[in-house]
Amino acid sequence: MSIQVENISKSYPKTLAVSDISFEVKEGELFGLIGPDGAGKTTLFRILTTVLLADEGKATVAGLDVIQDYKEIRKNIGYMPGKFSLYQDLTITENLNFFATIFGTTLEENYDLIKEIYIQIEPFKNRRAGALSGGMKQKLALCCALIHKPKILFLDEPTTGVDPVSRKEFWEMLKRLQKKGITILVSTPYMDEAALCDRIALIQKGQILKIDSPENIVSHYNKTIYKVRTKNKHQLILDLKKYPSHYSAFAFGEHVHYIDQNIHFDPTELEKYLKEQLHSEIDIAVAKTSIEDVFMDFTMLNQ
Amino acid sequence: MFILFGMPIAQIMLFGFAITNEINNVKIAILDKSKDKETEKIINKISASKYFHIEQQISSENQIKAIFEKGKIKAVLLFENHFIKNLQAQKQAKVQIITDASDPNTANTITNYTNAILQNYIQENNKIKTENYQIDTQTQLYYNPELKGVFTFVPGVMTVILMLVSAMMTSISITKEKELGTMEVLLVSPLNPLQVILGKVFPYIFLSIINATVIVILGVFVFGMPVQGSVFLLAFESFLFIITALSLGILISTVAQSQQTAMMLSLMGLMLPIIILSGFIFPISSMPLPLQIISNIIPAKWFIIIIKAIMLKGAGIAIIWKETLILIGMTLFFILLSIKNYKIRLE
Repeated sequence: MSIQVENISKSYPKTLAVSDISFEVKEGELFGLIGPDGAGKTTLFRILTTVLLADEGKATVAGLDVIQDYKEIRKNIGYMPGKFSLYQDLTITENLNFFATIFGTTLEENYDLIKEIYIQIEPFKNRRAGALSGGMKQKLALCCALIHKPKILFLDEPTTGVDPVSRKEFWEMLKRLQKKGITILVSTPYMDEAALCDRIALIQKGQILKIDSPENIVSHYNKTIYKVRTKNKHQLILDLKKYPSHYSAFAFGEHVHYIDQNIHFDPTELEKYLKEQLHSEIDIAVAKTSIEDVFMDFTMLNQ
Repeated sequence: MFILFGMPIAQIMLFGFAITNEINNVKIAILDKSKDKETEKIINKISASKYFHIEQQISSENQIKAIFEKGKIKAVLLFENHFIKNLQAQKQAKVQIITDASDPNTANTITNYTNAILQNYIQENNKIKTENYQIDTQTQLYYNPELKGVFTFVPGVMTVILMLVSAMMTSISITKEKELGTMEVLLVSPLNPLQVILGKVFPYIFLSIINATVIVILGVFVFGMPVQGSVFLLAFESFLFIITALSLGILISTVAQSQQTAMMLSLMGLMLPIIILSGFIFPISSMPLPLQIISNIIPAKWFIIIIKAIMLKGAGIAIIWKETLILIGMTLFFILLSIKNYKIRLE
């Protein structure tokens, strides 16, 4: 096991950040923590990267205890905090050299590991980190986190505030790093990124709702989801929520995803109801279940 | 909030009590060569006033230099031989007021107050005895015969600048790392706390040394400030004070979470006490007792005493070892407290 978390709890003076969380990350796995802002992801990262002490519970990283062996852990992990945490007034090269020196290595020594990422930002190597775009900042931060060839990589919301193209590139990079044998724990608020992980943990309000592979999570979901579309989306959600046998209804792109309590649900009856509510251009079809649907359902149950 | 409401209260109290150029209980010594009835009366009168406190009686002029070097006694009153005889025979007798003018303001005030007491005495005396005696006072200023103000403000400014650069800049630069989040990355690295702190502090040691040198050079060559004592001792003591200030800065940074807090703490907690309570502007001896006691915990006070003693009085380590030890003690205390407070983790 690369990371082992047992019954970890942590609360701040006014809020409970993480409550009795347990999970395991296997070696070489790309594990995702999926959850909205404030779910406790960052707190969990800080506990695992040894910069925060948990109130209760035990955790090991690379077989080392996060409290007793924190010094040893710090040598073996790469950590990219959610907030951009490099020196804004140093250039790309200076930042890389600085972090290489801190970890007692050089840029050249592990160049092959960061090469693919580095060549993308190399044209700007003399630009100050503070003047880089969001995507480039994240690539630089990833380079810095990788410079000492860590066994385990902790990435806290690496794609937040990054444009869709860079996000895609970033995930491709993570996949390549995984092939090189690096275990990766990544967190993200974006559900679409969840599908790219080997396994994910859905986390909300400091609790884990479900841990499984994205495929299993979707395929084990036994409710049928209908995507409904009419001319007036806002009114549609309100009306769907008034439908007697409704289970849930929430906006999903240009559709509204609707789940009924009744297993023998008949879409034509819903259509009739919507017509009575003066909706036009009604379109109801079965939707493909996505992680987001599952997450929304779990969230609802949790509340 | 505490700072917003606490500051005005603290300020008004400090300024009200400390900031006065009056003198109070200034420690003086008496050299009475005559030891007669009249000098005894005068001495009693002086000792009865709240301005002076007669600390000791000395017996020879040779002792004056030694007691001034110690710095506790600010003035010596010297009555000439055969004081009463001269007064009766020549209707005139001599008193010499010898002051330690390394603090020109105090020296001036002491002279004026003593003169006033002597004149008052003569007037009363002449009224009763209907005679026309006179006391001729001679003033002698040690260390700073021209009463140059620059002699106080060079050491003072040096102290303020060193505190500012060392303590404030260090604390701000360390808290900046916390604010930007770079501290989090540094924590999750094999660097130990000592390396991080030393790395942050090192540039400021150099900066402060350069600053101190520039101030001393300017003081000497532009304002004619003497360096009577050893330059090496001066350099050593300045270096010691720089380290004291740096350790204070580190201590502040272990407590403050943001640059703004660090700045407020340095300004309110360090700058103001230095300016008000270190004896830089307002003589400590005339402050109320509680403030005098508080002034002891301000490192700047000891540093100002040390550099004044070295520069103006030519004091060697034999004389200022006590102050030096106090500074070393304070520095060690701050460093230990910082180590204890330094967090290898986030809050």
